Amino acid sequence: MHTFRITLLLIAFLLSATSHAALEIEITGGSAQQLPLAIVPFAQVGNPTDNLSNIVAADLKRTGMFRLLETGGVVSRPAEISQIKYAEWAALQAQAMAVGKVEVLTGNRLNVSFQLVDVLKQTQLTGMQYNIAPNQLRATAHKIADAIYQKLTGEAGIFASRIAYINKMNGRYALQVADADGENALTMVSSKEPIISPVWSPDGSKIAYVSFEKKKPIIYVQSLSGQRTVLASFKGNNSAPAWSPDGTKLAIVLTYAANSQLYIINADGTDLKPLTKSSAIDTEPTWSPDANWIYFSSDRGGRPQIYKVSSSGAELQRVTFEGGYNLSPRISPDGKSLAMVRNDGGKFRVALQDLASGQVQVLSEGGQDESPSFAPNGRVLLYATRLAGHGALAAVSADGRVKQRLNETGGDIREPAWGPLIK
Amino acid sequence: MNKPTWNSKLLSTLVMALLLAACKSTPMVDKPAAVEDKSPAAASAATKPAEVAAADTAAVKEVVIDGTATNANNPLKDPSNILSKRNIYFDFDSDAVKAEFRPIIEAHAKYLLANRTAKVVLQGNTDERGTREYNLSLGQRRSVAVKKSLNLLGVQDAQIETVSFGEEKASANCTDEACAKQNRRADIVYENE
Repeated sequence: MHTFRITLLLIAFLLSATSHAALEIEITGGSAQQLPLAIVPFAQVGNPTDNLSNIVAADLKRTGMFRLLETGGVVSRPAEISQIKYAEWAALQAQAMAVGKVEVLTGNRLNVSFQLVDVLKQTQLTGMQYNIAPNQLRATAHKIADAIYQKLTGEAGIFASRIAYINKMNGRYALQVADADGENALTMVSSKEPIISPVWSPDGSKIAYVSFEKKKPIIYVQSLSGQRTVLASFKGNNSAPAWSPDGTKLAIVLTYAANSQLYIINADGTDLKPLTKSSAIDTEPTWSPDANWIYFSSDRGGRPQIYKVSSSGAELQRVTFEGGYNLSPRISPDGKSLAMVRNDGGKFRVALQDLASGQVQVLSEGGQDESPSFAPNGRVLLYATRLAGHGALAAVSADGRVKQRLNETGGDIREPAWGPLIK
Repeated sequence: MNKPTWNSKLLSTLVMALLLAACKSTPMVDKPAAVEDKSPAAASAATKPAEVAAADTAAVKEVVIDGTATNANNPLKDPSNILSKRNIYFDFDSDAVKAEFRPIIEAHAKYLLANRTAKVVLQGNTDERGTREYNLSLGQRRSVAVKKSLNLLGVQDAQIETVSFGEEKASANCTDEACAKQNRRADIVYENE
């Protein structure tokens, strides 16, 4: 099989000068069918601060599903479908192209419009118009990328979603939230003591996490608007929160009785119920999308493996059998695959198991890869890796072909959690 | 306490400190080296303020005497006493207390039985390998394993608290086993230390 590799440092020319993230994209696998796509730089009427077509192009490029065509050699710069000279774009071998413009309106508003065009059929595929404030430019670019992605692939785009992660900076731990491309990072909470295990509520309005600020692990829930409450502060460790798909309950881990065991608690901190009872470590719960099962890791069989327990606690099954050390289960949004961290001959890597066949594919190539988290459309997994001695984020497509590294400068990043799609 | 023993202890303390510095230890890991009053650095640091304070040589002596007095009165701080040893080390993914650490645990059990008001916090730690949540649970099991050893020797739960830091207090960027094994441990910390 032919393998080719494209390595691009996009910071210089695809992202704006105000960008904070260096992004390296590495696409492996010669059989990738990449759709040739031209994103014509959007016409800018007035003086908008950022060229949002660059953000659109970067989002689409990162999926590895498109071949973004170099448009610099084409003389014309169409801003709407009526201005397109199709012969020029057909000569570039473009199958689809996007054109658009940003106009400055009175009252500090911007009008953004775009059209996605089928170059061969010379017809519009989709088009949108947005009236926005200048600080919504990035978000609008991500929405446009989502619209293009959805039209060309038939699947929901994920560019307008957000990610959360822990960043250790200058000896402090910060829970940060950023756009899915790593830009626009905002700190939700920071502490001198460790913060671990962030997880989004299904509606994307809150994050549950574990903080050691009281010298022991306690679970907090914090809304993006800043409201912070204690979810669980029982004797011993309180950790590993996981929201139920409807957001009304969380599975958590307590050492209340003795060793780490799973419990279920209401989202308001009431009605604590034990879920597992073993003399082993039971931890890292995560719900199946249909809420019938809670997957978790346990060393009840000697070595850590993935198990599942019914949400009533009545039924229990072992899920992983291959490999001597499997941790951190995450179920894909369609409920068909299990992502996990596998000790692969001393290397900790992200692996994906097909739940129907039991077949396992190791997806990542690092030595300390952890915390896999599915994109809301299930196509990509975000995970934590180590790069030159510090923690960084990486992503891999669920088929293993497209690999990316996302590296916020000056930080030590771990435990990414991909948020839900925001309607 | 004779001089040769004192020097060899000092040497081993320094070697320990250097080894730990080589893998960028956090202050937590520095516990064995934190026998401050015996190191030359600490001694010279103690001398300096006295010089600034108009060469009050009596104050310098006082620091030295005070140090010896503290060690004599507090067996927990006396480097020649086994009670100053506080780290129980474990194998990878294991909470089995190894035989070589029995004497340390027995000494602390004896001390806790003789001093019923004394309380210990057992802090479980792991190396960076494995996931954070699993390591939090594993660290807890290590602290519980030490607690159970103390229980078997007659120490009551009222004198013991178990906590885990998982891998959160591990020295970052351990590249070899010698460094990683320093992180796989439970620390015996007395209340108000």
